[in-house]
Amino acid sequence: MKQGNIKVALVGNPNAGKSTLFNALTGMRQKTGNFPGVTVEKKSGTFRIAAANGHDDAHVTLVDLPGTYSIYPKSKDETVVMDILANPQHPDFPDVVVIVADASNLQRNLLLFTEINDLGIPSVLALNMLDVAESMNLTVNAVQLAMQLNVPVVRINARTGEGMKGLKEAVKQVVERTEKPALQYFYQPKDNEIGLINEVKEIHHLDNDYVALQYVCQHDNFSFLEQPVRARLDALIEKYGFDENNFLANETIARYEKIKPIVSKAVKSEGATEQPYWTRKLDSILLHRVWGYVTFALVLLVVFQAIFAWASYPMDMIDAGTAAAIEWVKGALPAGVLNDLITDGIMAGIGGIIIFIPQIAILFALVAILEESGYMARVMVIMDKLMRRFGLNGRSVVPLISGVACAVPAIMTTRSISSRYERLLTILVTPLMSCSARLPIYAILIAVVVPESKVLGIFNVQGLVLFGLYLLGLLGALGSAWLLSLFIPRKEPSYFMLEMPSYKLPRWGHVGFTMYESVKSFVLEAGKVIMAISIILWVLASYGPGDSMNVAEQQVVTSMHTAPQEEIDAAVASARLESSYAGQFGRFIEPVIRPIGYDWKIGIALLASFAAREVFVGTMATIYSISGDSEDVLTVKQRLIQEKNPETGGLMFTPAVCYSLLIFYVFAMMCMSTIAVVYRETHGWKWPLIQLAYLSTLAYVSAFVVYQVLS
Amino acid sequence: MNLNKERMSARTVSHLKKGEKGIIKSFTDRAMSLKLLEMGCLPGCEVRLDAIAPFGDPICINVGGHYSLSLRLNEAAVIELE
Repeated sequence: MKQGNIKVALVGNPNAGKSTLFNALTGMRQKTGNFPGVTVEKKSGTFRIAAANGHDDAHVTLVDLPGTYSIYPKSKDETVVMDILANPQHPDFPDVVVIVADASNLQRNLLLFTEINDLGIPSVLALNMLDVAESMNLTVNAVQLAMQLNVPVVRINARTGEGMKGLKEAVKQVVERTEKPALQYFYQPKDNEIGLINEVKEIHHLDNDYVALQYVCQHDNFSFLEQPVRARLDALIEKYGFDENNFLANETIARYEKIKPIVSKAVKSEGATEQPYWTRKLDSILLHRVWGYVTFALVLLVVFQAIFAWASYPMDMIDAGTAAAIEWVKGALPAGVLNDLITDGIMAGIGGIIIFIPQIAILFALVAILEESGYMARVMVIMDKLMRRFGLNGRSVVPLISGVACAVPAIMTTRSISSRYERLLTILVTPLMSCSARLPIYAILIAVVVPESKVLGIFNVQGLVLFGLYLLGLLGALGSAWLLSLFIPRKEPSYFMLEMPSYKLPRWGHVGFTMYESVKSFVLEAGKVIMAISIILWVLASYGPGDSMNVAEQQVVTSMHTAPQEEIDAAVASARLESSYAGQFGRFIEPVIRPIGYDWKIGIALLASFAAREVFVGTMATIYSISGDSEDVLTVKQRLIQEKNPETGGLMFTPAVCYSLLIFYVFAMMCMSTIAVVYRETHGWKWPLIQLAYLSTLAYVSAFVVYQVLS
Repeated sequence: MNLNKERMSARTVSHLKKGEKGIIKSFTDRAMSLKLLEMGCLPGCEVRLDAIAPFGDPICINVGGHYSLSLRLNEAAVIELE
C-alpha cells in the first residue's frame, strides 16, 4: 500500500461535469463552465479520505486535467493530458485516474475511458448526470458496467455532491490493493503494428503497448522527449511505414466496436431518447436568425450597462476612500521624502489599482454566468460565420468579449481555439478591444473635450462618444484580423465542431468564486506592475541630475517673487518637474510626439503608461502638480482644461489634442502585462514584437491624421 | 446536368432540412472523420438537423438523441448519409 500523499488526476469529456466534481471533492472552488476551454489552466486541490480506526487519514492531491474527447489532443490545452499521463516521471503523474462520464451519453464518454485504461494507469469511473439520463428515459446499471469494464464504477451527482464518499472509498481501495490486476486492453494492436511497438518499447524501456503507440503518434507533444529522441521515432515511423491517420481512425472504430455491446447491456432505454425540452425550446429562440441577434445585443447591452453604470457607485466610494486614506497618512506621518513616497507614490499607485475592482468583478461574474448557463456556446454559433470572414473563429468571440475587461485573461482563453492560425490572429487583435484600463483615460479626456449635452433629448453625447470609442476598437480588431490574415499563411484547416451543452442554472457559489479569483489575480499581477511604476515614476519625477532641480526652483522664485505664494508654489513644482529625470526624458521624446500634438508633459504620461494604461491619469495628475488624490478625476479635469499651451498662449488640451490622445489609446498596445502574456502564449518574442510594432504604428498614424485634420 | 450531378453525389448532413433525420453511412475526409468519431458520430448513428444559425451556417445536429453538436456546413458535408 502506498503511504503519504496520493495523487489523483481527473479526466473527462467537456461538459461531463469534471470541474463541478473537482469542486465537490476539494471544496476549493474554481471557475467552471459549459464550453471547452474553461479548464485551460492546471487546477489542483486536496482532500482527505477518512481511514479505518487507528490509521492516519489519506491525503489526496487532485489535479483537474483539461476536458477532452480522446487522449489525442485537438487543441493546445488538451496536449497537457498525455504530457502527464505518458510520463511517470512527471510530478503530476497520478496514482489513480478518476474518469468522469456523462451517463446520458455513455457510448461517447467511454471512448476516453478505454484509452486511459489501455495506458495501464489504475482508474475509477465516476458516472455523473444520471438524473439527465433518467430524464432522457435511460437507466444505467453501474454494477453491470463495472463487471464488463473491470473497473470500480461509482454513481455520483457532482452538482449536489452525492456519491463523494463512495468515490473516495473507491479511490482508496484502488490505491491500497496489493496486487495490480492484469491489464485487459480494449484495443489489440494489429499485426503490422507489433514490430514498431516492440522496437519503441525496447528503446524507451516501456512495458505497455499502448503507451508505446502514444510515443509513436504524439511524441511531438511530449515535452519530456528531446529533439534527437523525436527524430529517432520519426525514423522508426518511416521504417515501418506507419500511417498515423489510418491507425487513428481504425483504433477509434475498433474501440467503439468493443464499447457498443457493453453499453447496450448496461444501459436500458425506455422509449425514444431526446434532449431536455427547455434546451430545445431555448435554442429555437437563441439561435434564431432575428431573435438570436436581438438577444445577444441585449446581453451585451446589459454587460456594458453593468460595467459602466452600476460599477460607478462602488468606484466612487473607493475613490473617496483612497483620497481620505492618503490625506490621513499625509497628516499622520512627519513631512518629508518618506511621507511623499508613501502617499504620492505607493498609496496613489494602490488607489489606481483598486478602483478597477468593481468593473473587473462585475465583468468576470457576468462572463462566468454566460459560460455556466451554456449560452456562450450559442453565441459562438451565431457569430462563427461573421468571424470567419475576418479570418477568426466563432470561438474568438469569448476572448474578444473578455478583452473589454482585460486583455491578459482574454488572451489566455484563446487556448480553446484548436486552429493555431485562428488562435494567433485572435491573440494579435484582442488588445484592440478597449479594456477597462482605458476607461479612466477615455473618461477624463471626454470630460474635458465633449460637452455634457444631449442629442434627440435622450442620448448623452459623452456616452455616445464613449460608445464610439469601443466600437472603433472592435472594428479595429476585426479589420486588423482581416488585414493580418492576408499576410500570415494559413497552414491548417479551420474547425468549428462544438458540443452544445444543455442549458443549466449557474451555480452562484462558483460565479462568486470566479469573481473573487479574477479580482485577486488582477490586484496581485497588475498591482505589482502599477505599484512599481508608480514608485519609479515618483523617483524620476522627484529627482534630477546633479543640482538641476534646485537651480530651476531658484530661478522661478527669483523671477516670481511678487506673485502670490500659491502661484509660486505651482510654478516651482512645474519647473522642478521639467528639470527632473522624468522631465528630461519627456523633453527628449518631444520631437517624436510633437506631430501628433503632445508636449513633453503628455510624453511623460505616455511613457509611464507603457507599463499599464491606467497609469496615464495618475501620471497626468502628478505632472500637472496637483496635490493630494491622483484619482480625483474632477481636479485633474479642471487642471487639464486650464492648462495653457506655453507657445500659443491658448488652451493646451484643444479638441485636436484630446481626440488625438483618445484615438492613440484606442489602438496603442500600452500594456507590459499584455506583451508578457503574448510572449508566454506564443513561445517567443516574434509575435509580441510584431504586434507591438503594428499597433504602435496604427496608433501613431491614426493620432497623426486626427490631430492634423482637427487642428 | 445540375440535377445529374446532385444525384451522383451522395446525400450528406449538409443537405438535411430542418427537423429532417438521416443515418450516418461514412465520411469523406479522414482528418475530420477522426474528430467526428471521437465526438460520437458513428456510422449507423441517427442524426437530426435541429437548428440553423443566422446566415445558414453553422448548423446544429442532434446526435443519436444524446446531445447537440454544432458544425459548419463544410464539416457537415463530410458526413455521408444512407
